[in-house]
Parts: sequence; structure tokens; C-alpha cells
Amino acid sequence: MIDFGGWDMPVQYGSLLEEHHAVRKRVGLFDVSHMGEIEVRGPEALRLVNYLATNDASRLKPGQAQYSGMLYEHGGFVDDILVHKVADHHYFLCVNASNQDKDYQHIVMHSKFDATVENAGSRYAQLAVQGPRALDTLQKLTPVPLAPIGYYHFVDNAVSGVPARIARTGYTGEDGFEIYFPPADAPRLWDEILEAGAEFGIKPCGLGARNTLRLEAAMALYGHEIHASITPWEAGLDWIVKMDKGDFVGRQALALQKDRGVTRKLIGFEMKGRGIGRDGYEVCIDNVGAGWVTSGGPSPTLNKNIGLCYLPATHAEPGRSIQIMVRGQAVDAVTVSTPFYKRTK
Amino acid sequence: MDPENLRYTKEHEWVRVEGNVGIIGITSHAQSELGDIVYVDLPKTGTVIQQGKTIGSVESVKAVSDIYTPVSGEVVEVNGVLTESPETLNKDPYGTGWLVKIKLSDPGEPAKLLTAAEYQAFVGTETS
Repeated sequence: MIDFGGWDMPVQYGSLLEEHHAVRKRVGLFDVSHMGEIEVRGPEALRLVNYLATNDASRLKPGQAQYSGMLYEHGGFVDDILVHKVADHHYFLCVNASNQDKDYQHIVMHSKFDATVENAGSRYAQLAVQGPRALDTLQKLTPVPLAPIGYYHFVDNAVSGVPARIARTGYTGEDGFEIYFPPADAPRLWDEILEAGAEFGIKPCGLGARNTLRLEAAMALYGHEIHASITPWEAGLDWIVKMDKGDFVGRQALALQKDRGVTRKLIGFEMKGRGIGRDGYEVCIDNVGAGWVTSGGPSPTLNKNIGLCYLPATHAEPGRSIQIMVRGQAVDAVTVSTPFYKRTK
Repeated sequence: MDPENLRYTKEHEWVRVEGNVGIIGITSHAQSELGDIVYVDLPKTGTVIQQGKTIGSVESVKAVSDIYTPVSGEVVEVNGVLTESPETLNKDPYGTGWLVKIKLSDPGEPAKLLTAAEYQAFVGTETS
């Protein structure tokens, strides 16, 4: 167990590798109750969300979710979030555990709209059922047909008789669902999902597998690829920024940076030599320091050592030879395009 | 259970003395905490090493950890199995997953290390 933002979280239940493969080939169950939830309600809920988040929430229909960013005025990330449109005047945000209180304060501080903001983390537990057999597993426990729910859509229904928000989202690069429900029911639901998935070979999965899976899918992790000193342009998250939707916190700084040009960019890499580039390791080009690794480790699916790093924008294109400083030794690597892994539909 | 006939360190290494040679490895607790091991870096035969110093590293999917030698001396044999099959360390940390054999320069060192009972008590306080 490790302390993760104040939560005691298992890194692995058994073998991290087995957990990883279970999600890619069958199904895995993650307890992600540490994730934070913030509810925004009121006549101007949409205006508030659109002023605080970079993506355009006005494009959402009820029952639809979108990935978005929340920025400081200077353009750096407060957090990356999921915005769910529950109803016309009600948005449900899923935020990072360690950022929950900071996010809440940030939203309240910038709110000049007719909407209420609730820090609702303690009202929700969250379980993620991920993998090609996630649908088969969860379908056994809910009356609502899951197949028609599109990617990044959700329904409010019941799982094992518990009122639950069932979203077709995830952080693994596989098909799957994230379900939100009252915490009192979490232990029972955990057991029932494991029982329902037993015939498909379900495994309980910890933070370790969650990290290797998201890295293969090249999904950003707050504190690593994104943080207060990184903008969406640098992180390659241009697609979650809608500059034409109207004003939002950080917009001015982003416009200025776009104008002047981005000086560093996130890019993937594969190790060529023996070694693993890990978070914080220095990246060199022609043996001169040029950037840093944000996340790195073995890819159990691809059987390679992969990672993400920041490099000068002039050098951040695939196919470039780089060196990662692994405990004092320069180990050869090459930049590659991401994601490293993409599931076949 | 950690074998009674070994001596242990707070850095989670063990040593088994056979004549004037100490065979060293990492404990079951250590391999379990690290998880699936993917690389083991060890010193070359002939290297002279000093108790408590870093002599290599064990790297798992999730983390990398230094190995500190519990005894001083000269490396006389390195477990080559670990290069091709690092997972051996997970499967048999006290047997086929040994790391290196060291010709002891101070045969008095091992007796000063933790006994199995002392090591278990230490792990208990560290994880509770």
C-alpha cells in the first residue's frame, strides 16, 4: 500500500504484469474512489464550466462527457478533468484526487456566475471496469443495455441495485466503464463485479497497472506530463482547447504563446539500449542536456521500454536519436509518435 | 518465511555463509515490494566491494532500487541466470535468485547483521 494524495492505495494486488495483461486481453477492476468529484449546478452552470475549462462544454448533450483542462491565468495546468453534462443546468466534473480541494478553490475563486459549486468527493466512490470483457462483466449487474452507450457517454441507472452513473470512459486505452455511486456500497459492488467477471478472468488491478496501461495509451498524468508550468500546447493537448468559444481562464496566455511559438513539446520515446528512462531523468541530444522524462517504464504489451519526455520544440519530432541519462550513464533511445498502443476496434 | 540460517540487513539483503564465501541476495519482502523484476545489474567478477556500499540495482516494472552489499570482499561469482531470467528473483529469492558470491575479507561481518527474527521485526515496524 502507498500513500497517494492521502489515500491508502494498493500499487498491485498480485503481479502488476498479470493485472496489465488482464486489462488488455480480458477485464480488470480498479478502485479509483480517490478521484474527486465536483458538481456545478444553476442557470449559468454552462457559462461557469466554459469559463473555467478549456474544451467547449456547449457542444455536450446530456449524457455526454469530454476531456478538458483547467488552467491558471498564465496558461499552466491546474488539473485535467472530465466534464459530464448531466442536464442543461447540471455538470459533473471528475478531477484528480490530489487536486480536488485546489480545483474546488480555483473554481469558486473565479466564479462570477449564477451557479453553485459543490465539492462532492465524499459522496462518490468510483470503480473502473476496463478491458474487452468489461461490457460483458458489467452487463450482468445492470438492467440498462450498455452496448448502445457511446464512448465518452454515460447513463444514470443502477448497478446491483445501487443508483450509479455509468460512463464509457477510462484511463487504460481499452474499452470500459467508470461507475460513480455512494461509497457505502463500494465494498459490496467491488465483490459483485469481481464475481460477475470471474468467468471472463477478471483481475483486481492496482495503481501500478493503471500507470503502465495509461502510459502505453500516452494519456497524461497530472504531476508528470502536465502541471502548473506546462501549457496544453506544450503537452500536445491542443485538441482540448477551443480558442474560439469565448473567454476562459488562461486563454490570453495561450494566445500569446501560440503567437510567439512553443519552445518545448512532449514526445514519446523508445529505449534502444539496456535501461529504462524514468520520471525526472535527463534527456540529451548529442550528449547535451535537452529535456526531461515525465513518465517511463516497461511496456508489458509491446515488450519495449517506453516513455514520454519534453524536448525543445525544434527537436521534438519522431525518429530522432536521443540519450537518456540512466543513473549516470547515457543510454540510447529514439523519439516516436504516440500513442504507443492503440486498441483494434 | 525468511530462512533462519541467513543474516539480513535493513536494506533488505541477505547473506548465507559457506566457508569463506558469502552468498548474497535480496529478501522475499524486497522482491514482493518491487514486484515483477525486469533488470538486475550486478558487479563483475573480481570487483572488490565494501559493506554497505551500492553494488548494483534491481529494477522492476514500477521502480528501480539499489543493492547494498551486506559484506565486504571480492566478487567471485555472479548469477548469470538473472541476466536472461530476472523474474527468477521473484520466484526464488533465497535460492536460484541469489545475486553474487563474495570471498569475505572480514568473516566477522555476517554475525553482526540481523537475524531472521530481528529482520522480521524490522519489516513489521516498517510496513505497519
